Amino acid sequence: MSTALQRGAETANEVTVARLSRGATRRPRSMALDTVFAMLMFIATVAAVVALAVLLWTILDKGWGRLWEDPGAFFTNYVSRRASQTGIKAALVGTAWLMGLTALFSIPLGVGAAVYLEEFAPRNRVTNLVEAAVANLAGVPSIVYGILGLGVFVTLMNLEQGILAGGLTLAVMSLPVIIITTREALRAVPRGIRDASYGLGATRVQTVFRQILPAAAPGALTGTILALSRAIGETAPLLVVGAATSVTRLPDGPSSAYSALPIFINDLTARPQTDFENVVAAAIIVLMALLLAMNSTAIFLRNRFQNRW
Amino acid sequence: MHAVLLACGGLSILITVGIVGVLIADTVRFFRVESVGGFLFGTDFAPGGGLLERGRYGLVPLLSGTLLVTAIALLIAVPLGLGGAVYLSEYAPGRVRSVIKPTLELLAGVPTVVLGFFGLKFVTPSILKPLFGGPGGQGVDVFNAAAAGVCVGLAVIPLIASVSEDALRAVPSALREASYAMGASKRVTAVKVVIPAALSGISAAVILGMSRAIGETMIVTLAGGASPKITADPFTSIQTMTAAIAQTFTGEASAGSPDFLAVYAIGSVLFAITLGFNLLSNTLVRRFRQEY
Repeated sequence: MSTALQRGAETANEVTVARLSRGATRRPRSMALDTVFAMLMFIATVAAVVALAVLLWTILDKGWGRLWEDPGAFFTNYVSRRASQTGIKAALVGTAWLMGLTALFSIPLGVGAAVYLEEFAPRNRVTNLVEAAVANLAGVPSIVYGILGLGVFVTLMNLEQGILAGGLTLAVMSLPVIIITTREALRAVPRGIRDASYGLGATRVQTVFRQILPAAAPGALTGTILALSRAIGETAPLLVVGAATSVTRLPDGPSSAYSALPIFINDLTARPQTDFENVVAAAIIVLMALLLAMNSTAIFLRNRFQNRW
Repeated sequence: MHAVLLACGGLSILITVGIVGVLIADTVRFFRVESVGGFLFGTDFAPGGGLLERGRYGLVPLLSGTLLVTAIALLIAVPLGLGGAVYLSEYAPGRVRSVIKPTLELLAGVPTVVLGFFGLKFVTPSILKPLFGGPGGQGVDVFNAAAAGVCVGLAVIPLIASVSEDALRAVPSALREASYAMGASKRVTAVKVVIPAALSGISAAVILGMSRAIGETMIVTLAGGASPKITADPFTSIQTMTAAIAQTFTGEASAGSPDFLAVYAIGSVLFAITLGFNLLSNTLVRRFRQEY
């Protein structure tokens, strides 16, 4: 809590720093270098923004027309040999199923692991090992998770190259990120809440589940949604675990063949005809709209329910 | 309840063990078909041998492809990412920051398959061929390392920018203020005081970016090609380790065949490399946290 005096001092500090940083350099060459340097830094920043803009424009340019040409057919057709009759029905339904399965498996396990590591685990070598494992798993390339999924879910657990194996693989891939973001949300809950709860005689379990977890929920939820939105866009693990492109029926069981939007995009990009290029771009628009919706929801939830301590 | 939570905690160890186990098991089976030396130092990667000819599984062409794409990616991502980080932490006014940061997060959220499509269908025909190709676009293949490298660079910029920016912001303002008080300009302060102070964090950012670039699969599969070769020419088709893995799994190799097993060996190398870089980066981050 800053008093008026502190705030006054901070403002004076910032003003002084701002004045000093404009530089008392007097030599023209140095001042020219200053300007050039600042411009270069700005250009570097803008370059990334421009690249993104070009990307989005390219996608929209190629796909927008195709998307609205016959939206009904686009959303209800399966993949066909002819671009005009290709639609994303199987891909979109597959992605929806995968999102559900991934969330179902990764959220309870991830939050549970985070709560354990943050609140209950003793400070010993085993815990350090677990924490190191989580940190390293977060950086493993996604295709390696596909290899894991193939070996464990498809082969060992005999789930075949079906949608359950795909969902489990994506869940395992999302787990480290969910653990990390949930732990950060738990850490952000101030000590005061914990101490007050213990002071009133609550047990550790009561404190964690009735005070800390609800307080950390908005931050944890945001991180979880962002992790899931990353999982939806992943292609490599699904390729390895056996997602297909030409699926003619919607999935109806754990071992059903399935498709997904990223798989659709990947496989049809290989077809050289321009018509397919437009179909792919239209599918990309749908995928990115989905991601935008999820990320906006996450940000909205964070802003709306974020506890300010 | 404790037991349930403990089980959740142990899951991450289980997953790590699972990954290592699956990779090692089939890598060992692979080395019954091909020698370790032949794999690690072989200069020919040509799976799909038939009855008459054995497939060749040398890693070097794939390493070369990965190296070329990663080098191009870092060439783009480090200046742009670091430059962006310096601008955001030292120069940008609040309003500009609040526009640029979400934009970088948006770039980070673009799925890699979309970037691969962008590389193949826009960067190569509309930028690389006109700029670097002869009339009619010769000299620049449809699939090439440059397009893949550029798009991987785009994917990595947000990572380098955000970790570097954290490192720069962690530098105590007292250091900056002392520098300004001595009469130095913003440029001199940034270059001679702030960046050196944040150097371990910035190195961590670059290493993380490198690790991410090495592990990238979809962009290099879609835009880089499927022609393993040892080359430094960025405009020719190549194949990276990750693309080779992806190609085998989408092809017709049967489980247990040498082609299939080779992929596990490549996967082991990939896992080892990215793990090594990630550990290095973590050590650097911990070191820079301790200094203040």
